[in-house]
Amino acid sequence: MSHLSELTAAAMPHLMLAPIALPMFTAAFLLLLREEQQRLKFGLSVLSTLAGLLVAIALLQWTHQAGAPASMGVYLPGNWPAPFGIVLVLDRLSALMLLLTNIVALCSVLFAGARWQRAGVHYHTLFQFQLMGLSGAFLTADLFNLFVFFEILLAASYGLLLHGSGRARVQSGLHYIAINLAASSLFLIGASMFYGITGTLNMADLAQGMAHVSAEDRGLLHAAAAILATAFLIKAAMWPLNFWLVPAYSAATAPVGALFALMTKVGVYTLLRLWTLMFGTEAGASALFGSLWLIVGGMATMAFGAIGMMGSQRLTHLAGHAAVLSSGTLLAAAGFGQNALTAGLLYYLPSSTLAVGALFLLADLIDRWRNDGTTLAPYESDDDAPFLSPELVPTAGLNLDDDEQVLVGRVIPASAVFMGLAYLMCTLVIAGLPPLSGFIGKFAMLTALLNPLGLGSSAGTRPGPVGWTLLALMIGTWPSRARAYATSGPAPSAPCRSCACWRACPSPCCWAPAWP
Amino acid sequence: MEIVLAISIGVLTGSGVWLLLRPRTFQVIMGLSLLSYAVNLFIFSMGRLGLAVDKEPVLVPGVPPDLQHYADPLPQALVLTAIVIGFAMTALFLVVLLASRGISGTDHVDGTHAREQQEMP
Repeated sequence: MSHLSELTAAAMPHLMLAPIALPMFTAAFLLLLREEQQRLKFGLSVLSTLAGLLVAIALLQWTHQAGAPASMGVYLPGNWPAPFGIVLVLDRLSALMLLLTNIVALCSVLFAGARWQRAGVHYHTLFQFQLMGLSGAFLTADLFNLFVFFEILLAASYGLLLHGSGRARVQSGLHYIAINLAASSLFLIGASMFYGITGTLNMADLAQGMAHVSAEDRGLLHAAAAILATAFLIKAAMWPLNFWLVPAYSAATAPVGALFALMTKVGVYTLLRLWTLMFGTEAGASALFGSLWLIVGGMATMAFGAIGMMGSQRLTHLAGHAAVLSSGTLLAAAGFGQNALTAGLLYYLPSSTLAVGALFLLADLIDRWRNDGTTLAPYESDDDAPFLSPELVPTAGLNLDDDEQVLVGRVIPASAVFMGLAYLMCTLVIAGLPPLSGFIGKFAMLTALLNPLGLGSSAGTRPGPVGWTLLALMIGTWPSRARAYATSGPAPSAPCRSCACWRACPSPCCWAPAWP
Repeated sequence: MEIVLAISIGVLTGSGVWLLLRPRTFQVIMGLSLLSYAVNLFIFSMGRLGLAVDKEPVLVPGVPPDLQHYADPLPQALVLTAIVIGFAMTALFLVVLLASRGISGTDHVDGTHAREQQEMP
C-alpha cells in the first residue's frame, strides 16, 4: 500500500486526468477496430475499466492522506490560472464517486460481455465515452465544463439506451432525448445567468462571490439557481420531473440499466456539490436558498418511488422505481444542509447505487431464467400483469412446470439459489433493513435528523414538521419496500421456474402485511 | 436593441415551448431547435456590463483593452460550444425520430395514439 501511495504522490496531479483521458483514448481506439473483432474490443474495454478502477482507488487513497491541505488535488488542464482556465478538482467526494463509477462500470462491462454487447454496434465505444463523461462531471470545477461533460455522458447514454433497438427502446429513447435536450437548455440559461451576475464560472470563485452579490441582483441570482437546479433535478429524477425514468431505464439493456443507475446519482452529486458550495451558511442573504424545495421534492420522490415499487409487476420497473426512491432519499437528506445528515447520505449513496445497479443486472438474469432464455415472456409483450388473473391461474403461454405440479421438495439448482439470495440482499440494502449497509446509512440519517448537533447535545432542538415528515417517510418506506419484495419478488418464483408456486402457496401475498 | 433582443428571445422561447408540448415528433424537434436559438441569444445578453452594443469584437490598436470598449468574449465562446452541441443533439434526435416513425408507423411521440387517422404512406 505504501508503494501505491508513493507512486500516486509522484504521479499527482497528472493522475487526475487519467479517469477522463483513459476512457477517451480507449473509446477512440475501439472505433478503429472492425465490428467483428468483438472479443478484442471486449478485452480492451475490460482492461481500460480495470485500469480506471485502479486509478480511482489510488486517487481515493491519495485524498485520504492526513493533513487537510494535501487532500485536495487541483489540475489546470490548459495551465491558465484558476478563475480563467478550466480547473479539475479532486476531493474525497469526487474520488468516492469516481470509485463508485468504476466499480459499477466494471461489473456492467463484464455482464455485457456475456451477451448484450452483441445486440448492436459500438457498444464498448459508447460505454467508454459514457465513462469519460461521468468521470469528467465528477472532477470538473467549472460550471460550463460541467455542461460539456454532461453532454458527453448524455450523448453516449442516448446511444447506449438505443443499443439493441426495438420499439420500446426507440420510443422511450425519444422521450429521454427530448427531456434531456430541454434540460440542457435550462442548464445553459442558468449557467449563463450565473456568469452575467458574478462574472465567473469557476465553482470556487462563484461560491466566494455569493455573499457579495448586490441586493438588486439577488432575485436574479435565485432565479438562476432555480433554473440550474431544475436541470439537475430532471437528471436526479425528482418528482414530478421523473416520468421519463422508469420506461427508459427498464427498456435499456441490463448492463446499460446498471450504468444508468449511476446517472441519477450524477444529478444528486452535482446538486450536493453546487448547492453546498453556493448556498451554504456563508452565502449571506442567500444561505440555504431552496432548502425546503429540495426536502419536500425529495420526500414526494420517495413516496412516488415507494408506491411505484409496490405497484411494479416487472422486475426492471421495480429497479427503476428503486432508483427513484434512492435518489429521493438522497435529495431530501441533502436539502437539510446539515453536516451529520450529509455524512449519512454519503454513506447511503454508494451502497444504494450498487444495489440498484445489481438489481438491474439480476432482473435480466431472473427474467431469462423464468422465461426460458428470452428476455420477455409472452404475456409481457401485450402488457398484461403476470400474476393477477382473477383466481391466480397462470396466464396462457407461461413457462410452466411440465405437469403443473406443486413444487414441494423439489431440488433447486444452486445458481437459482444464488440469484434468489442476491435479489434478497439487493432489496435489503435498498429497503435499508439490517444487517446490510443500507440500514447503517439510513440509521445514520435518522440519527442526524433527531440529533442535529450530535448525540447528547441536542437538548431543545426538534426536527420540525418537515423533519418529522421525512422521518416518517424514511421509516414508512421500510415496510413498503419489504412489501415490494414480498409481492413482486422473483426469488420465490425464480427457483421453481413457474407460476405454479403462486398457486400452490397463495400465502406470499398474505405475508406482506406481516412483514413490517 | 435590448428590447428587440428581449422580444425575440421571448417569442422564440414561447413558440419553442409550445411546439415542444405538441404531440408530433416533427413539432417537438422544431420546438427544441427554436428553444436552443433562444438560449443562444440569451447567452449573448448575459455578457458582463450587459448587452454589448457598438463594441469591438476583435482587438483594435488604440482602443483601451477593457470591457467598456470590447464585447465580452466569454459568452461568445459559450455560445459557440452550445451551438455545436445543440446541433449534434438535434441531428441525433432526428435519427431517433425517423427510427420511431419507421418502427411504429406514426409520427406521434408515443408511437401509438391515433394510428388510424395518422396512417402515412
